[in-house]
Parts: sequence; C-alpha cells; structure tokens
Amino acid sequence: MTRDRYEMVVGLEVHVQLKTRSKAFCGCSTDFGAAPNVNTCPVCLALPGALPVLNEHAVQLATRAALGLGCTVNPISVFARKNYFYPDLPKGYQISQFDQPLATGGSIAIGKDEKGDDVRIGITRLHMEEDAGKSIHDRYPGATAIDLNRAGVPLIEIVSEPDMRSAGEAGSYLRTLKQILQYLDVSDVSMEEGSLRVDANISVRPPGQSKLGVKTEVKNMNSFSAVERALEAEYERQCALIDSGGKVEQQTLLWDGGRGAVRPSRTKEGSHDYRYFPEPDLRPLILDTGWIDDARKNLSELPDARKKRVGEEFGLASGELDQLMVTPALADYYEAVARQSRDGKGAYNWVMGEVSASLRASGQDITQFRVRPADLAQLLNLVRDGTISHTAAKRVFALMLETGKPAAQVAADEGLVQVGDEGAIAGWVDEVLHEHPEEAARYLAGEKKLQGVLVGFVMKKSKGRADPKRVNQLLSARAG
Amino acid sequence: MNVADYTRLGAAALSGKVRSGEVAPSEVVRAAFERARDIGAGPDALNIFLHADEDASVTETKEVQEHLDSAADVGILAGVPIAIKDNIASLGLPTTCASRILGGYVSPFEATVVTRLRANGAVIIAKTNMDEFAMGSSTENSAFGPTRNPHDIRCVPGGSSGGSAAAVASGITPIALGSETGGSVRQPAAFCGVVGVKPTYGRVSRYGLVAFASSLDQIGVLGRTVDDAAIALEIIAGFDKSDSTSSDADVPIYRVSALGKPAPEARQPDTEAMRIGRSPVPLPPPPGPETLKGIVIGKPKEYFPDSLDPSIKSHCERALDRFRSMGATVRDVSLPRSPLAIPVYYVLAPAEASSNLARFDGVRYGLRVDPGKGLKPMYDATRSQGFGAEVTRRILLGTYVLSAGYYDAYYKKAQAVRTLIADDFRAVFADGVHAIFTPTTPTPAFPIGAISDPYEMYLNDIFTVTANLAGVPAISVPIGRVRRLPVGGQIIAAHFDEYTMFRVAYALEAALGAEAHQ
Repeated sequence: MTRDRYEMVVGLEVHVQLKTRSKAFCGCSTDFGAAPNVNTCPVCLALPGALPVLNEHAVQLATRAALGLGCTVNPISVFARKNYFYPDLPKGYQISQFDQPLATGGSIAIGKDEKGDDVRIGITRLHMEEDAGKSIHDRYPGATAIDLNRAGVPLIEIVSEPDMRSAGEAGSYLRTLKQILQYLDVSDVSMEEGSLRVDANISVRPPGQSKLGVKTEVKNMNSFSAVERALEAEYERQCALIDSGGKVEQQTLLWDGGRGAVRPSRTKEGSHDYRYFPEPDLRPLILDTGWIDDARKNLSELPDARKKRVGEEFGLASGELDQLMVTPALADYYEAVARQSRDGKGAYNWVMGEVSASLRASGQDITQFRVRPADLAQLLNLVRDGTISHTAAKRVFALMLETGKPAAQVAADEGLVQVGDEGAIAGWVDEVLHEHPEEAARYLAGEKKLQGVLVGFVMKKSKGRADPKRVNQLLSARAG
Repeated sequence: MNVADYTRLGAAALSGKVRSGEVAPSEVVRAAFERARDIGAGPDALNIFLHADEDASVTETKEVQEHLDSAADVGILAGVPIAIKDNIASLGLPTTCASRILGGYVSPFEATVVTRLRANGAVIIAKTNMDEFAMGSSTENSAFGPTRNPHDIRCVPGGSSGGSAAAVASGITPIALGSETGGSVRQPAAFCGVVGVKPTYGRVSRYGLVAFASSLDQIGVLGRTVDDAAIALEIIAGFDKSDSTSSDADVPIYRVSALGKPAPEARQPDTEAMRIGRSPVPLPPPPGPETLKGIVIGKPKEYFPDSLDPSIKSHCERALDRFRSMGATVRDVSLPRSPLAIPVYYVLAPAEASSNLARFDGVRYGLRVDPGKGLKPMYDATRSQGFGAEVTRRILLGTYVLSAGYYDAYYKKAQAVRTLIADDFRAVFADGVHAIFTPTTPTPAFPIGAISDPYEMYLNDIFTVTANLAGVPAISVPIGRVRRLPVGGQIIAAHFDEYTMFRVAYALEAALGAEAHQ
C-alpha cells in the first residue's frame, strides 16, 4: 500500500475576510454583490497621490482571531508591500505583512488521538493584508473585465505548520478553524462567498524521515471536501511520480473538481520575486499590551470551553455536544431552550430532531427560525407536566412554526391538551373496542401484542389528547 | 493692477491690498498672467507651465470676490496667485507629473495642501513643469521639454521643481508649491535666487502628492522672500487624517508679516491641527547685534570640502559673518556620515519608486499602448513608451536592489546607514546647536545639456539630500551671485523646529539685504 510507504505532510494557508463595514485602507463599503466597481475610491483604485489609512476595526478583528487561535500578538508589527503586476491589483503591490506579522505561534486542537490526547495543529503566523479585485475572464469575448469592489477588503492569512498527516486531518483542521472564527465573530467564513479561501501545501516522505519532501501548492478548491479530495489526488500523484523514478517539482497546481485531478497553473509561481519591503505610507502598527490584554479578556467563549461547560451543566455526551456546538448560533439556541426548560436532554432531542429537520427542509438559518427558544422551552415544559402528550407536541410544534403562536395557545386552540380524565379515556377505549371487534376479541382472548395497536387507535380517536399511560392501564385492566 | 507693482509685492502685501479692497482678486490674477506673457513663460521660451487657464483662474476669483463683498473672512492669502508643481493633484487643471504616461490625466480629487490654500483665498493659476515624476535635478527630464532659468535662459533652473522655482523667480507668482525627495525644492530655489523650504517629514500632508519615494517625499514651498514661504508653509502644515505619516505636532505662526499685528488664523478646513499664537521672530528692523543672541549656528566640515567652488565658499563665509554680527555663535561641527548620503539615497529612493510607479500600468488611467497581444506586451509597451529614460533607470535600479538575494546588501544596508545619518543630526542638535548652515549646492546653475552622466547629476543633491534622509527641515535662501547666477545658503533645523529655521532665515535675509542678489 502506498500509505505505508509514504507519509502525507500538509500545511494550509487560509485567507479569511474580516467582517468590517469598510475596507482595510479606505472608507469604501465591503458589501458583497454590489454592481462592479461601485465600492471604489481614489485609494482603492490607486489613483495618483492617494494614500492608505488603516481601518482600526480590522485590527481589532485580526487581533481577536489571533488570540482565539492561541497566537502571541506582537506589540509591533509592520505592513509591507508585496509587489507584482496584475490587472486586478491596482497599486501594483498588495499591502500585507511580511517579516513582522501581527501574530505568531498558536495552535488549535482538532480532535483526540487513540490515547485520548489532543491532536494539535500549530499556527505559524497570522498576518493582516488586503484583498485584490476580481478578474472576470468569461464575460466579454477576447477581453478581461475587472471588478475592484473587493480590492482593499481586509483579510487575515492564517498559516499552519506542516502538521497534518492526512486529508481527513486537513478537513478537521479547516472545520475547527472555521468554527473558532465563527465563535469569535470575526468573519462570515463562507467558502461560497469567498470569505474563506484555502491553499494547500503538500509533500510526501517515507515514514520516519524527518526531512520534508519537495512540496507543491494546490489552489482553487471551493469547499472543504474539495480540499480533501484535492489532497488525496495530489498525494497519489506525488507517490506515483516517485515510484516511477521521478521527482516532485515545486510548483503551483490548480484543482479541477470536474476531472477530480490537479493541473499545473499557467503562472509560474516559483519564479515570482515579490520584492517585499516595509510599506512607507503606513507607520508600524503598535499595539499597547494593555489593549491586547483587554482584547484577550473580552474574547468570546471558544467551542471547546463551551462544550465543556454545557456538557457539565446539562449532562450531554461528547458526540451530542459536537452536534449542538457546531455554530455559535445553534449553541445559543440550544442553551436558551435547555436553560428555560431545565431539560438538557429534551432540548437536545428537539433541537437536533424537529428543529434541525425544519431548518434543513426550509434552508433557513437558526437565527431566522420562527420558533424562538422561549417558545420551544414552553412546549417542552407542557410535555413534561403532562399538559400535552409527546405525540401532540409534534403537531403543536408544526403549528407553532406555521402560525408563530406560542405553544400553550396552539395546544388550547387545537384541543390538544392532554386528557387524563378516567371517564373520557374509558369512553374512547370502549368505542375503539366496539369499532374493531376482531382485534378486540383477539386481545381480550389474551393476544397481548395487540395492545400497542389498540393504544394507537385510542390515541388517534382522542386526537393525541389521551394520556397513553392511562390508556395502557385501562386496556390491561379490560384484558384482566 | 500694474504689473510692475504686482511683481514687487509679497504675498502678505498682495493679500492685504485685496482684503482692503484696493485691488480686485481678478485684477491680481490678470496681472500674474500678464507677467507670464511679458517674461515669456510659454513653451517656446522659459517653458514654466504645463497647464494654465487664465479664464478659468479669473472665474475662480469670483468666490474670493463674493467673500469680500459680503465682508466675510477671505483668508490670509486672499486673491494671491499660486503655481503648483504638476505632481500635486488639483481639480480642474491636469496632473501629469510631466510624464507621457499621465498625459492629459485630470485628478478627480485634490491634494490636501491645495484645499488648504484655496480655503485661505489663494487662486491656483498653473501647474508647473518638472523633471518627470520628480526624478532629476535640472527639469531637463520633463516629457514636455526643459524649463529655462529666468536669470540665464541657457541654464537649467534646477529640479525637479524647476518650473515652480522659475515661476517665483520671474515674478509670475509670489509663492509656488514644489516637492522634495532629495533637494528638489531647495536646489532649484538656489539656482533661481528664491527661497525654498523642505519641511520636516510629516509636517505637511502628502495626500494628493504623486508618490516618488514615500519615506522621503515632502511637499515644499517656494517664495520670493522668506515671509512668502513662511505664509505658505503655515497654511499647508499640520495633521491630515488622510496621510498616516503626517504629524499632529502643533504648527506655530511662521509669518514675520504678522509681527506686531493681530495675526489672522490660517484656516484648515479639514483638520484638527492646533495653532500656537506665537508671533514668529523678535526681529527689530534693521537687524542688530541682539537679533540672534544666544543662537548657535553649526558649520559642518563635510559640507565645506576643498573642492567647493571658492565663490560659493566666500558667499557662505559672508553669511556666517552676518550671523556672528547678529550675536550668534558659529561653531564647527561634524556630520560624519553625510558623505554616504548619495549612495544611500540612490538605493532607497529608486526602491520605493519602483513600487510607487507600478500603478502606471495602462489598466485604469493614463496612457495605454496595446499591441493586442495580451497582457504582458500591453504592460511592456505602455511602460516603455510612457516613461522617460531617467524614470526607467530608477525603476530598474529599484527593482534590482529589492530583488531576492540583493535586498540585505542594498536596501537593508542603506536603511541602516540612513539611521546613522539621522543620528548625526540629532547629536549635533542635542549638543546645543540651533541651526546648521551649509551651501545649498556645490555649484550655481549649469547650462542645459551640460551634464549627461547621471551620477554627476546626482551629485547636485549632495548637500540637500541628507535633510530628506534625516527628515529634518531645511530652507535655502539667496546669499549672493556667482558669475551672475544666484547661489543659495541652507539652514537646517531640528525635527519640527521650522520656527528656529525661519527665525535664522529671516535674520540672514534682512542682514544681507540687497547683497543676497549680488
């Protein structure tokens, strides 16, 4: 097997668009989807004489991200120019950071190994930079169109250590990273909208060898699973190349999802010399250590900490927590339901059951979901105190979703309030036995397994209002 | 307005006449254009202006007139015509940097300095000729032909702000704006016999100045007198939120014309810059033995080499004698790393230029030459045809020194030496010296076409470039003539101490009197 002879070594470079209202170095809007070149000004068009001014909010968000990823935020960092020519790069250089980045030396845990220890992936550095514009090659025949709305939008680049040993680990790293950035509320982290982009560096080497093999850089993946597939494909290609006596060449490759293979990029990335030097139009970024400490103190709760706390408070298993805590919004929803219903398990069942199913069906986000946590908690409370049956609860939920009314009102309006009254239940039982003489006869003759069927008939007749426990008791009594 | 009167009056006096209603701003502007015609400012003679529009300028005076008519405050430069170097963005007139690559380009926004001048009643009448992208010391590198020196049309006016210096020297405007990267205001000021100021780095907003070498660039002022330059600097100086490298240091009143009178405030429409109501110079006219009492003038030996033109040397000695006679102490000092300035400058400035000029790529504005063979041939053709030889040379030089494998040996080393050069200045000023006096240039103006070796041309900046590298303020004032051509003396002060620089300059100007032009 290839896998025994070669170890995969992966490091990822992730670009994340920060959630600011205006661009990194000018006041233009960062709105996604505006008409081409509307969100531009002399600064982001690089008109002669224009100068950049750093957006403080971008620094706040980048710092928050760095702290959340366990990085050391450097009190002094320096913006640098990365020089290259391309039509969608108006200044002919990108303002980035080079030898003095905003933050260095973090790590994140992406899961547990066989021994139960954290699998940690190192973060080499996190730096701030600006985005380029967009080149549109397929709109006008024989010409390239340029949209500079995105030019100057603030990004952070998060560079990992080459710590990942499989495509699966790379996928876990990306999912964990995305989750942390969501919890920190620094980015929309949407690969579809381009607010999160991944470039992968991959090499192979014989197991036990400490020296890294020659790496290639794979770009153009539009989803996490595409990253995993691209890494698999590139791993196989490199292994096959070495097996056939060839050598891996350092180059940039593009993932072609349709073909399920990589192909060489037209630009010779290796030959680029970006001629970095300190950006003279911006002073070094000096962050007060007190300011950094405050940012650390005000950091929102991260996924692992939240799982631990919620797990202890509501007695959930690790797998259940993973499901609930996937996004901060879902976690917020769950916690509110669990707290207000004082029923962690019930809240879990509802959120991962009915709520998730409805969200999937409607394609909605939890933040727009019509049934608010307080309403769902009330429904849980009604079930627990016996006011409505579990069967009825599902109907009530469906109607809450449809009408937006609170649970108690829906239950009352629809006559779904559970009936515990012996007389009424006895009446429904009599009617059922009368209407189904054959089943009744067999049941009364001792065929106990029919009891479930008969309870079902009674529940149906009562429109779910009968207390199933009482129905069972009555039927058992009739059978003697 | 009588043209002879016009050319005799300084900015403060002109503005006074306009504010008192003695002359209309439109008459002042007409006089400026009449003077330009009389002197032959056009492309067939002195070739001072790249863009000027008399009717538009006269129309512009309407606003000043309306303020006057409604008795509103019109500002301390009410009706004063000003010429602006063509690398400073202005609305209305084009901004081409004397380059084919920006031929006809009109900026949709205005430089902060231009806005501030207009807010004080000034009227921008022209954009002046210059070395292309401010790269040069003679204005011969303009894509639109050289400017000639009004004192001798066979000679260069200096550069790169040659057009601005010539406009002031020929009496067309009392004030002009230039820009400095290595001496581009002071050197032409010296060659043309006018006053030229390079402020402290960060003193004046660079927003709207087309960048050459951002860490060295500063907008500077040229004036017929120290006071003309002082008024202009007072108005344009101060913090600007659009330029992250601009300083929020207080801006004192520099005008001697405000002495003894309630000084009207310079207005900054856009800023939080603070003013100190400190009147400039305790200068009792005529200057006497108390004028510079307690002032220590440093005379750095590195700026008086044996090879210095003896006539320039003797003019400098005369100036130093005047300082002594006004009560100042002249002290021999040393700026030992200054001789390294030219090589340092010609690593750092081209490095930044190679990046700053990358935006002229034919994609969004300016010249595009497209052979129709794709992107790279378009870039090649546009930039090859758009840039002149000197600009091309510096882009190549800068690209080279920033390249992988050369960065440490050139750019990084040059930055380290730059710090040492600045340390030398700090040490001298920390040691009790208030101002440093040097010749502005090693020679007077040279004939057009006389210098073809780029390195020989670069040596023109040998005495001026250190102030840019160190970031300190410096002024060139006329100190006499050599072979009928003007020469300048340079006064350098500590960071943000333009106040002292002007004080010493006023004293020297007053003490020399007519000798300054003899």
